[in-house]
Amino acid sequence: MYPDDLKYSSEHEWARVGNGDVVEVGITNFAQDTLGDVVFVELPEIGSKVDQFDKFGEIESVKAVSDLFSPVSGTVTAVNEELEQSPELVNSDPYGDGWIMEVQLDDPSELDELMDSETYQGTLE
Amino acid sequence: MSEGVVPNASVADMHDRRLLMDRSVSGRRAIEMPAADVPLAEMPNDDLLRDADDLQLPEMSQLDVIRYFTLLSRLNFSIDTNFYPLGSCTMKYNPKLNDQVASLGGFANIHPLQTDDSVQGALEVMFELQEWLGEATALPGVGLAPLAGAQGEYAGLLIARAALEMRGESHRKVALIPDSAHGTNPASAAMAGMDVVTIKTDEFGNVDVEDLRAKADENACVFMLTIPSTLGLFEPNIIEINNIIHDAGGLVYADGANLNALLGLVKLGDLGVDICHSNLHKTFSTPHGGGGPGAGPVMVTEELASFLPEPVVVKSDGDVPSPARRERARVRAQQYHLTRPDNSIGKINGFHGSFSILVRAYTYMQSLGGDGLRAVSENALINANYIQARLRDRFDLAVDRLCMHETVLSGKRQADRGVPALSIAKRLLDYGIHAPTMYFPLIVPEALMVEPTETESKETLDRFVAVMQAIDDEIDSDPDSVNHAPHTLPNTRLDEATAARRPVLRWQAETD
Amino acid sequence: MTSNADSPHPFIPNTPSERAQMLATIGVDDFDALITDIPEQHRNSSLQLPNAASELEVATRMQALAALNQDAGTRPSFLGAGAYRHFIPSTVGAILQRGEFVTSYTPYQPEAAQGVLQSGFEFQSAVAQIFGMEVANAGMYDGPTAFAEAGLMAARVSRRNRILILDTADKRLFEVAEAYARYQQVEIEAISRESVLNGDVPDDAACIAFQSPNFLGRIEDVQALTDAAHAAGALSVMHTYPTALGMFKSPGEFDVDIATGEGQPLGVPLTFGGAYVGLFTAKQRFIRQLPGRIIGRTSDTLGRTGYTLTLQTREQHIRRERATSNICTSTQLIGLMVAVYCATMGPSGLRKVAELSYHKAHYLANAIDALPGWNVIRESDPPSPSQGQIQRGGPSPDTFFNEFAVECPIAPSDVNRLLAGRGIIGGLDVSDVVPYGILLCVTEMNSRQDIDRLVDALSGIGNGGVA
Repeated sequence: MYPDDLKYSSEHEWARVGNGDVVEVGITNFAQDTLGDVVFVELPEIGSKVDQFDKFGEIESVKAVSDLFSPVSGTVTAVNEELEQSPELVNSDPYGDGWIMEVQLDDPSELDELMDSETYQGTLE
Repeated sequence: MSEGVVPNASVADMHDRRLLMDRSVSGRRAIEMPAADVPLAEMPNDDLLRDADDLQLPEMSQLDVIRYFTLLSRLNFSIDTNFYPLGSCTMKYNPKLNDQVASLGGFANIHPLQTDDSVQGALEVMFELQEWLGEATALPGVGLAPLAGAQGEYAGLLIARAALEMRGESHRKVALIPDSAHGTNPASAAMAGMDVVTIKTDEFGNVDVEDLRAKADENACVFMLTIPSTLGLFEPNIIEINNIIHDAGGLVYADGANLNALLGLVKLGDLGVDICHSNLHKTFSTPHGGGGPGAGPVMVTEELASFLPEPVVVKSDGDVPSPARRERARVRAQQYHLTRPDNSIGKINGFHGSFSILVRAYTYMQSLGGDGLRAVSENALINANYIQARLRDRFDLAVDRLCMHETVLSGKRQADRGVPALSIAKRLLDYGIHAPTMYFPLIVPEALMVEPTETESKETLDRFVAVMQAIDDEIDSDPDSVNHAPHTLPNTRLDEATAARRPVLRWQAETD
Repeated sequence: MTSNADSPHPFIPNTPSERAQMLATIGVDDFDALITDIPEQHRNSSLQLPNAASELEVATRMQALAALNQDAGTRPSFLGAGAYRHFIPSTVGAILQRGEFVTSYTPYQPEAAQGVLQSGFEFQSAVAQIFGMEVANAGMYDGPTAFAEAGLMAARVSRRNRILILDTADKRLFEVAEAYARYQQVEIEAISRESVLNGDVPDDAACIAFQSPNFLGRIEDVQALTDAAHAAGALSVMHTYPTALGMFKSPGEFDVDIATGEGQPLGVPLTFGGAYVGLFTAKQRFIRQLPGRIIGRTSDTLGRTGYTLTLQTREQHIRRERATSNICTSTQLIGLMVAVYCATMGPSGLRKVAELSYHKAHYLANAIDALPGWNVIRESDPPSPSQGQIQRGGPSPDTFFNEFAVECPIAPSDVNRLLAGRGIIGGLDVSDVVPYGILLCVTEMNSRQDIDRLVDALSGIGNGGVA
């Protein structure tokens, strides 16, 4: 439910450190379950700047809308365009096909401010 | 050809949900227009003109048009056919006389830009309605222009801002809004450029006075209070609250969505309210029409009357020069005029308001009179409290005290047994009763907000109670069935997620 | 006549004995126990209003008030300017008698409101079709509020804050847009057609918004205005008279981004200016920025087609202070009238209405031009069809649909007064826009006989004649 190789924010986003200082970002299983059926994800523009813990987009279910907060600061290098046609991927595969964006990190030390899986799960209880 | 033919007269056509364009047959028509009785003029350039086949509208016989829309009407709940215990929405009987009067040629066929002297009857209706609404609220400045409650709110907030700007206090931009408020309150405040500050509700369902006192500062523009609140409660500290706001230099805005609980019992202006609006389609019985049109007149203190939206109807005595006099033998003693108040916030819509709705509301108010309007509120309160008293052993109350015109139940006990409020509401539909307002106010878990209105009889209320008890029993005997309700309507639950993910918003030709 | 045992009113069924029984169930001695939260000094403040009246009495009084109005249904009228007298087929009134529609609630429970939803879907389909646009919403309050919200939507979509409105638009459109935008951190400014067509559009413009046919009834060069807006990175927003689209090209054909209109001409009586319905259409890619309700098609758990409100996260009941609009109760029933009108008229009926209005209006314009002392006002004076916009393939600046301005020999208000004396509702006094101007409108409702009566009356005015 909460893979060990990810870092988590208190706003229920995850970050996956990949090649070098590019990280993949999505929302956690808890977030998708709380939202219910996701119907729309407002994606950031490629090349735009995001700041750690600041809003970068919105995610909508049938009767709720929530802000998306970036777990890291940096430049958006890719967004998951599949979500435009199939936002339900966020529900069915939040850590895989339901990823939201990739960010080129400004400062890799920011990752230290995120939680590991165990700590994050502790906050859900 | 027997496929799809069902031997059941009442439902046979109910499942034929084809759209008009799917039924269209090229060459059919439902109306014949006359031939031109004037010589034909030269047509404009071809490149301005639409191709004849560009306009894809249905081609139907007249009977098929009537039968189609009549079919659709049967797929619907309505006040004429069903009980709607729909909290805050005030689904009461819509007297037929109102519709009949609104369709009179002298009201239905007058143009909004006709000269005042040619529409004196219409202006008298508007003037009298202004007077009556002013009396019902003790707020004598009345503007009828707003086309719905939300527009009335917006107009009221523009008035508040304009009045404070005139006092040299344009920095006041905060709207204080209780956490139990309807969504239009913060949405209207945002449109009026205000910052929304939320005020807590205390454990008794009242405004948390200390929270309000702490937040009502030199930036306060308005406090938006729904009276009675969306919890169906009258705010007992209202005078203190209004004093806090006035002492802080702000204005008090009352959302009049629930004015039907107060007629003849108390007047908002007497309590210190500065501005309010009234949804005529709630309190004053004009039909909801499946979501409008409504009307949302705004009422203000005398001090604020000069800021009302355009137009306001004024009455002058006969000595005003009347252009009609020279032509017409009969001169009316009084003349009514459309005017723009001196400091008006301006025009918020095209003409003079929802006139066809204003006529209905005035007709209704005459039918009830002062004594009848008080009986409206009295019986609305009695009916709501009766339901609350009879259901309280089965359902939790949001707040355990006597209510005004509506009671907010909580389906917590039922949710714990595996059936959420949503399913209770959907199951009611199977019994021919419309769902109550659900999950509102937001501060009550599993909220079911029930407003019976004064026009429902005791038998109807007793049946509602019996149905609620039966559903509560079903939660034990067959929760699954309740969770999949409704079972007997033209559609079972609809896939709203797919509707929002891949929106289909209009008819389109099938493509192969 | 009523006895002590009667219910208080025909609309209120509780009899005194039922009331007593219910109060006992509630557990209170009398009604006053229910209102103790109301401050005592203000409680029971009686209404200084007349007492209840019977249906017979109320009907009589309201009929008398209606009779004081000059009914444009029973005499010739030449007033337009945003509200139009068009033929309403009998089917519209017949369906409007259905209490199942009239007395139903906003379709938040879709299973119990398929009639409202499916007819609303028909409305969206017909409006999108007439406008040639990809999507339409379920309706706005009226035309001017639709136009105002279109400007605000253009600002959201473009993330720019200057809404430029062509100065040939009705001033009501400006006024309402200004009232809607007052505190929205956007500027509303007028711009001339010349500036737009010369490419003189500021680079922070959210949109070029215009009305065509414009306030004086003339057809704007929609293609050129739209191209100029797009060249500046702005949206093209068009406000139109839907009946004109029965013969003129639709906004969609010119690549307009948002198109709005007053729905009243499509089957809705004049009713002194309301209730009407605003038409709101746009390109598909903007749907999440649309104001107001939207109905979508979907299926139920058994796979059957059904309809539901959709994209609701835009709306105030979910997004609250961040909603795209504060609209709640809107104009569903008027939208139903439009849907029945469109189904009845069909493509040929709508075209016929447009053409009849066009030909009759031109018949009147030609007759007035022939009257000494009276002139149809033209932008290109004298008319020079070989010049100006014609070369670009756009409309001549004097192409009009069914409204046109006329220069009167005396004050237009006096003209209207003299016409009223002859049982004719005249035109709109537009002398604040053009000197001695009166705006006349002709529809299929004006018979040749009516038009000739008007011309005859005008011929007696001015030019030394006496009406």
